[in-house]
Amino acid sequence: MKKLGSMRLAYGQALVELGASNPDIVALSADVSNSDHSFMFEDAFPDRFFNVGIAEQALVDVAAGLAYAGKVPFANTFAFLFATRALEMVRTHLCYGRANVKLMAAYSGLSDSFDGPTHHSITDLAIMRSLPEMTVIVPSDPISLKALLVQAAALDGPVYFRLNRNEVPILFDDSYSPQIGKAETLRNGTDVSLIGTGIMVNRCLEAAEILASQNIDARVIEVHTLKPLDRECIALAAKETGAFVTAEEHSVIGGLGGAVAEVVAEVCPVPVMRVGISDQFTETGSYFQLLDKYGMAVENIVDAAKKAFSTKK
Amino acid sequence: MHVHSEALIKELAFKAQECRMQVMQMVHAAQTGHIGGAFSVAEILTTLYFHHLRIDPKNPDWADRDRLLFSKGHACAMLYAVLANRGFFPVEELSTFRCLNSRLQGHPDRLKLPGIEISAGPLGHGVAIGAGMALALRMGGKPSSQSAPSSRASRARVYTVLGDGEINAGVIWEGALVASKYRLGNLTAILDYNGIQQTGATADVLSTEPIADKWESFGWHVQEIHGHNVREILEALDRADEVHARPSIIIARTTKGKGVSRFEYDHRWHGAPPDDTQFAEALDELKTGMAI
Repeated sequence: MKKLGSMRLAYGQALVELGASNPDIVALSADVSNSDHSFMFEDAFPDRFFNVGIAEQALVDVAAGLAYAGKVPFANTFAFLFATRALEMVRTHLCYGRANVKLMAAYSGLSDSFDGPTHHSITDLAIMRSLPEMTVIVPSDPISLKALLVQAAALDGPVYFRLNRNEVPILFDDSYSPQIGKAETLRNGTDVSLIGTGIMVNRCLEAAEILASQNIDARVIEVHTLKPLDRECIALAAKETGAFVTAEEHSVIGGLGGAVAEVVAEVCPVPVMRVGISDQFTETGSYFQLLDKYGMAVENIVDAAKKAFSTKK
Repeated sequence: MHVHSEALIKELAFKAQECRMQVMQMVHAAQTGHIGGAFSVAEILTTLYFHHLRIDPKNPDWADRDRLLFSKGHACAMLYAVLANRGFFPVEELSTFRCLNSRLQGHPDRLKLPGIEISAGPLGHGVAIGAGMALALRMGGKPSSQSAPSSRASRARVYTVLGDGEINAGVIWEGALVASKYRLGNLTAILDYNGIQQTGATADVLSTEPIADKWESFGWHVQEIHGHNVREILEALDRADEVHARPSIIIARTTKGKGVSRFEYDHRWHGAPPDDTQFAEALDELKTGMAI
């Protein structure tokens, strides 16, 4: 078993470090700073923190105004609220108007598990990925979160950055150096590619171990940047392994699976099996149990990999 | 309080009328665009751009400039006419309004045209975005995240021009609360209260009365003026600049379609272009109005 690390704590620490390095960084919250841990920034830099109340549309618009006047705002609230309630603000002012705002999408996926389907965010990646100018990032552990957050801050343009509420397995050490826009091949293999994002990267690694014991040599690729997607890495894997499984904590419609299938269909058609939530709402429960029940268990990846492997030419 | 000369007032009123004629030509040529809300905001925009705002058309990204956020984006034909006459881009370009390959998009695009502070069209954004800008400028604004940080507060002020139908939108009131919470004295809203929105009277569609009481109760400094009276606009803007601990709103009572009797008070001219006869008659009436 890998050690677990808190994503919220990692985020709060990383945001404070960024704040210390760049005085133009400001943070905003829609009154959930003790949930997402942006309160750590407020404690360190009270003059650069703005709680706009439970007003997510204003949260995004105020952040856009700060950005247009030269600040680098990190806006904080729950992922589903950015992707649904405040979406018009995101589209018109962050993307079309190109505001340098970072949307810190807390409690993403099923990670706010006990609050239930109203708080689960299972369509945000599809929505955000469809917006011109948007960069979409999903870190998979506390190390990758910190590394990618620094790059997101330095990037000039809007970023949707998914954050997990919970403790997750630690995959990486300090030697890990991800680059926004580049996928990471974590394990080489030639029979099938397991392409994961977020918490599902670890489950892909576990699935690869099981597949190895059954003489299937799986490659594991981490896609931390859904947009812009690393088309070269995907195309190479399609040519070299000939079969894909995508795994995401999201609906199977329009997220990582959709993004990968779009590339593969154009450059090198191979079977693609999508592991994720089928087209339905979820329910309340403990996090890891929910992932298992809604089709994101390690076994789901193993089964999908066998299917993809057996159907490839 | 400044004393404003009769000459200045005449000049600004003349410019407003001139811009109405240009808007008339733009919308007639394009056979698409919004006349009613453009004509109601004419004196407000000319007074701001030709007198009140601290701006430099040759340096539209000047860090210390005043910002005008034109929130009622559909009425942008008037904004374009005013910006062109003020020197932000060639007046000849007005003829490309709403055409393919034009910088004069159907609704303003901040990345395409100099002088446009926000891309607007979907209504309701001016107050909250304005609050964000006002916050940033008070902290010490600067043009880009790449340049060296500035610690001093900018003296730049933020203005946002709102439509009365526009303030149906909930985010207007979220933004109003935020501006009030942070005591943004460097933010002024001007409400073009022409009383008519797309399908009828604002009083019937979704009344926002009592309007002054609403803004006052949200913590704003409120003035009510006649929005076609240049002297009243000038003086209200001066007074708003003297309010330091809270945001200001100027509720400007205006006439939709002001200047052309056929268009006035008629919601059907919110977004309809005139035909050739209507166009000729309207130009005649506007010219007559200029002679007065």
